[in-house]
Order: sequence, then structure tokens, then C-alpha cells
Amino acid sequence: MADVAVAQRDEENPLVEGLERLPVPGTTLAIFGATGDLARRKLLPAIYNLAHEGALPERFNLVGISRREQSDEEFRAFARESIEEFSRRESEPQVLEGLLERLSYIGCSFDDEGGYGKLSAALDGLEDGQPLNRAFYLSTAPEYFGVITSALEQAGLNARRGCDVRVIIEKPFGTDLESARELQSIVAGAFREEQVFRIDHYLGKETVQNVMAFRFANYMFEPLWNRNYIDHIQITAAEDLGIGTRAGYYDSSGALRDLVENHMLQLLTLVCMEPPASFEADKVRDEKVKVLQAITPPTPEEVARTTVRAQYTSGVSGGEDVPGYLEEADVPGDSETETYAALRLEVHNWRWAGVPIVLRTGKRLARKVTEIAVALKPVPHLAFQSHGSVGVQPNQLILTMQPNEGVSLSLGAKIPGSRMRIRPVNMEFLYGAAFMSQSPEAYERLILDAMRGDATLFTRNDEVDAQWSIIDPILKAWREGEPAMATYAAGSPGPEEAVALIGEGRRWRGL
Amino acid sequence: MTDEPEPWEDAWSDEDTTPPKIEAALREMLATRHHESHAFVPARVLNSVVIVDREYRGEIENRLQRVGRFHPSRRILCAVSEGRQTVDATVQIGTSQFAGPGHIAVGRERITLQIGPKHLQALDSIVDPLLVPDLATMVWAPHGHAEGVDALRRLAQIVLLDSQDELTVGGGFARSADLAGEAYVVDLAWLRSTPWRERVAAAFDPPPERARLASIASVTVRHREDSLAAAVLFCGWLSSRLGWKPGSLSRASGRLTGRARAKRGEVKFTLEAADQNAPGLAGVTIETASGEAVSLDRAPGGLRSLRRARDGSERSWTVLGASRGEAGILGEGVRQALLRDPTYAPALRCARVLVS
Repeated sequence: MADVAVAQRDEENPLVEGLERLPVPGTTLAIFGATGDLARRKLLPAIYNLAHEGALPERFNLVGISRREQSDEEFRAFARESIEEFSRRESEPQVLEGLLERLSYIGCSFDDEGGYGKLSAALDGLEDGQPLNRAFYLSTAPEYFGVITSALEQAGLNARRGCDVRVIIEKPFGTDLESARELQSIVAGAFREEQVFRIDHYLGKETVQNVMAFRFANYMFEPLWNRNYIDHIQITAAEDLGIGTRAGYYDSSGALRDLVENHMLQLLTLVCMEPPASFEADKVRDEKVKVLQAITPPTPEEVARTTVRAQYTSGVSGGEDVPGYLEEADVPGDSETETYAALRLEVHNWRWAGVPIVLRTGKRLARKVTEIAVALKPVPHLAFQSHGSVGVQPNQLILTMQPNEGVSLSLGAKIPGSRMRIRPVNMEFLYGAAFMSQSPEAYERLILDAMRGDATLFTRNDEVDAQWSIIDPILKAWREGEPAMATYAAGSPGPEEAVALIGEGRRWRGL
Repeated sequence: MTDEPEPWEDAWSDEDTTPPKIEAALREMLATRHHESHAFVPARVLNSVVIVDREYRGEIENRLQRVGRFHPSRRILCAVSEGRQTVDATVQIGTSQFAGPGHIAVGRERITLQIGPKHLQALDSIVDPLLVPDLATMVWAPHGHAEGVDALRRLAQIVLLDSQDELTVGGGFARSADLAGEAYVVDLAWLRSTPWRERVAAAFDPPPERARLASIASVTVRHREDSLAAAVLFCGWLSSRLGWKPGSLSRASGRLTGRARAKRGEVKFTLEAADQNAPGLAGVTIETASGEAVSLDRAPGGLRSLRRARDGSERSWTVLGASRGEAGILGEGVRQALLRDPTYAPALRCARVLVS
């Protein structure tokens, strides 16, 4: 009898086949920093949307933890307000009330031992004798990540017999290689790697996951996807807006840490990785890490030659006069923080050797766009005359993440007429025209995946380490003043200095 | 004064017309619109062909309206009127979105054909030239018109139907099975059972609970009077997933009962009609031979989930979730048209045995 039960436990659940929504184990989600901006704008609305769709487990509780002293009722009122303001769909009163009933709150400082005792008691109290999985979401300032993980371990909250305990850590994971390793050492002292879910919310976006679908679900591109046919790759994450009210955060971070170290390097790995054997978390992440490890960290001399940093000056954006970075509210007048970063990297492996991969990101650029442009090599021999036309241009394949998610391919086509004249035309595919269903927010997907223990869209420790290993020498050289800080007018495509970065005979795509 | 392009709609119509004329008008309208605005992108999810009674056309259009925003398709609505001898057509292309600078405006393409019953038997010859080539074609005939659906079989990759709509549930299942020979069938009755199937799967997902699937002894399904098909399909789903061999249901004391043979013994089915406003299931109770039970019932803000242990002690929770309503079910049906659920056909086979 016992043998039968064991055999059946090991079997797959036969009822799951064909269902789009997979079961999520009963979980208590504890959010540290539950009254912060991320929780208010993203996490609480995401949890409501999961509830609305019936995607939360039947046994689900949420405990908010923040320094602010307030009652459960006050926290529920805060959650209600944030959901009503930021949810992607209008809330359904009965679902909202049902969710709010499951919310409770603990006010304590993150380094207060007593607070963790209260948390432990609260978690036990919610279980009613039947253990629940636990997920601790660290949505706090980064300096508390280590403090909280250590405190969870000291309070014995890092493991529990018969259920899964996970910790979800927001970005940034460290501010340089040393601090990332230091944080990792603290986190690893408290949790096993399979318990740690490092968020890069970019990976939860449908648009980013589509890069993998595009590459690995379409046979026609794979034969071209290497150094023999690809001349270079451009990855752009341009913003037309300035820093807004984020001066405090942004001035201590800068473009390199804010976007390049995480989001843009993640895009680079998705474009350059080998096809994984399967889409299991570690199989995908193994391939991504291989790409990062194949990028040699630049020497100081190489940083001066292969990177550009710049700040925007006053200019015109969207027809309006806008101030320069140093004139923005709360930005120190002598700030050395870059609002623009461009890098030229190479992936030293058989597939990509010799192919420049250029990354650029910045605030207050000419327009908002996130895209990957794969520029193919020119045709080896041209039988047509180029006289009287712009001639044959190398093909470009553009994967656009925003604003209009899609794929476009530039092709040479004959201009109608008696002569064989060629000009480039675009073949475009827009996801919006083929799929119009409302996409879930990245945080909905990621919270659900973390509760289910699926780490595919989370960053593994060796990935973070490899990312910082590339970025750290650049940060150090920039601190030493190499290369010098350039400037660009707000509303322009970026600094002149970036033009040379991409290499002779190549040019940045227009912004 | 704003520079933002306004939502727009172009229209063309013709009486006593032909498919080539309609197709030419559509092509010209699309080319003109694209030439005038590069922001315009034609909708390219699927071709949807809907056959309706002319007098109920408005109701169906309203239902589709709520779905269409998220599923940009070329829609060909065939409105059938008694006695009509000619084909009249209206073509509308447009967009309801503002295309702000740098953004796209996904268009909608609507073709309305006024036809008579005599056109149904060769409807494919009218519809074929109007389809976007290489897109999947879905056919839905909510008011019957089986003749029209049959005529479109060679063109349709997907048939949307509601097995509850036939005179008998058995007839509905037989029609679905027949169509499934050539097309992928999306059955709205099946989709009404989706949240229940998801929750039952979740209830038995933890390994200790999974082991109890083998000792299920009875299944009770409560359903609205007119949603028997969803209830039978639910039982068919359990039978097919768990390897049970079902027998026929029989009616006694106002309920349907039957049995299935499982590896460890028999499973008893009970299907009971229940009062409720929304179509679909009202509740499900699954009991094991040792007296444990999992029960789900509709409740405000979701489903009420009750667990009974072997000692008779009970616990209950509310599983949060908003009702999708019939509009949501139809939307899900259109979305499912582009997916493939491998569990419907085996569930349908078992369901047919249950109502045989």
C-alpha cells in the first residue's frame, strides 16, 4: 500500500496536461518594503491581477513589512489605493475585498531582531497547522538585501521542513563586482542558490521572451546567426525623458549601472547564446553565462577606446526647452554621473569572434526605443549598377522591444523602371497586429514563477558575477576620468564621441 | 487642435454584388489607407467567418465587439435572411485607436454579407476569395446553419461551437466529433469548465494529494439546467485523464447518475441541476473511498473550496477569481482558436459514452 502511494507521488499530475494555468502551491508572500514605490506601483497591482485571473493558490497570504508603524487596516487601505490606481484592469470589488482580507502588516526596522520574531509568529499563525511555502520578496533599498537575508537566517526563517522557502531579490544586486560578491556571500550563507530568485524584471516582459522565440522557433535565421554573415550587432535602449523625480537614485547609479549591467547585457545574452537543450531554468542560464564569460573584461586602455560616457545638456525635447542634467532638480552641480553610456564588446567564441556588439543607452535622447539591430555583411559581388539610386545596402534585421514590438528586415528591391536600380525596403512584422490580447505585466509572471519555483526568468549568481566582471573595469576607469565625460544636447541622438565607437564603415541606426 | 490622427473608418457597399468585386474593393481600400498612413497595420490574427440569422445579427456583433479589440482579425459576417436571392455586401476598414507619434494603429476589417438560405450550400465559393491567404480561418455559427458550416469545411482550420446549443447534448457532442475530423474544434461548453478543471488539478497537485487520485470513489457535478454539456465534459475529462472507463448516465429523481470503471474499483457520477444566474458549472465534489473530499462551489469573488479529511474535519477557503462571464468565455474561445488543447478530444470521447 505504501509503495503504491510513493510510486504515485513520483508521477506527474495527470490532470495538469493541457491546462494553460499550472497549479501554484499554497504560499505566504512576505514583502519587505511593502509601502515603497515598487510595491505600490507594481507588486500589489500585479498580485491583484493574479487574484483576478484566479491564478493565485487557494491558500495565499501576503504579509507586508516596512519601517512605518501602521495597522493591518491601514496597510489594506494603502494596498487598495495602489491597486485602484495602478492595476492594468479595473478591480472587481469582491475579488479585491477577498484579497485584502489576506493582507497583514508588520512595522519594524529591517535590522530589528524582534521584528523577525513577530514575522515568524505571524507566518506560523497564518498556516493553521498546515505548512505553506514561503517567499520573501526584498523590495527595499539595496543596502538592506544582506541585512534581511542574514536576519531571516538568524531567525530560522530560511528553511522549513516539508515546504519550500524562497527569497526574491530586486535589482541591483550589488553596485560593483566587489559589493555584488560580498552580497552573494551573505545571501549564500543564508539560502541555497535554488532558493534565490534575483529579479531583472526585463526578463519577465513578453517582448524580451520573444527574442528567444524568434531565434529558436524559426529555422531560417540560425544558419545566418554567426560571424560568417553578421557584420555587427547594435543594442539600443534610448529614453526621450529625463530623470524626472529619480535624481537621488539616478545620480548614484548612472546609465551603466541602471540599464547596461542588467537589462542590456541580458538582451546581449539572449541574442548571442547557443540554443539550450531545453527551456529548463538551468539549461537556459548555463547558455547565457557562457556568453557573458566569453566577453573579456576590458583593460583601462580598452575602456578609454571602446566606451563613451556622456551627460545631456539643455536642449529641445518634444518641442519643449528642457534643462541639462546638471540643472535638474536635486542633481549636484558637479555631478560626474553619466546619463548616456555606449560600449563596444566582443564575444570571444567560435560563433561570434570578430563581430562587434555595440550597446548604447541614455536619457533625453531623440526618441524612446529599445531594439536589437543585427546588421548582415554586404553581398560579396554586385551584379547591378548602383548609379542613380542609393544602391544595395546590407540587410538589417531589427528586433524591436518598444514602442512597437516587432521584427523588420530590410531588403534590396528593384525600383520600378527600365533600369536595374535597387533601393532598400522594409519587410515588417508587428506583434500588435498578430496578438492583441492584453499581456500580463512582467511582475505578474515573475511573482507566479517564483511561487512555482521556476527560475528560468531570474538571474543566477554566476550570471550576476559575470555581468559585473564586464562592467566593473569600466566603472573603475570612468572613476579615473577615462574617457572624459562627453556631452550631448537633450533631444539629440547622443554624443558625437559615440560615432567613432561603432567602427569605420558602420553607423548607428537613427534615433 | 491636435496633430494626432483620429480613429477612422472607410466604408464601401454594393448590392447584388460578387466576391471578386468585394475583394477588389477591400484590396483598394487597404492600399489607399496604407499609402495615406504608415501607422496603419492590417489586423492579421485570423480570418473569422460568422454565420448568423439577420435579425439577431446585432446581438452577435455586440458579443464580438468586446472580443475583437484584443483579437484583430478579418471578420466576415454572413447574415442569413429568409427568401433573399442576391448577395449584398458592406466592407468597413478602420481603427478605433489613436495612433500617437511613433505608434501603430491596428486596423479592423469587417465584411458583412447579406445572403439567403440558398447561398449556404455553396458558401465556400463566396467566402474563399475574401479570406486572407495563409491565415488560420475560424468558423462560428451561433444560430445553427449547419449547412453553411459544412460548406466551409474545406476552408476552416478551426470551428467554434457550443455543444450545448444542439437539441440534445448527445447531438452536440456528435456534431463536435464529426467536425473534429477535419478541423480543430473549440467548444464553449468545454471552456465553461476550465476554471473548475484548473482548480481540481491544483487541489490534487501536492504529491500527497496526487496519490489520492487513484482512490476517487465519486464525482458530483452541479450545473445550471442549460449547461449539462459542460458538466458531462468535466466528467469526461476526469475519465480520460485518470484512465476510467465510463458507462452511460441514466436519469432518476431529477438527476443523472452513472458509473465508471477505475483500476481500483468503481467511480460514481452524479450530475445535478442547480439554480444560478450564470451559465456553466455551479459546483463540484470529489470524494475518495476513505471519506476524504474536495469540494468547489461558486462564491462571491471566486470559488469556495472545502476539504474534508478522513476524520470528517473540514477546512475551507475562497479561491479568488473574477467570473469571466459569457463575453469572457467567447473571448477565450477565440484565443483558444490559435492554441491546441490535447485533452478535449479524449474528454469528448468519454463524454459521448456517458450520454450514449
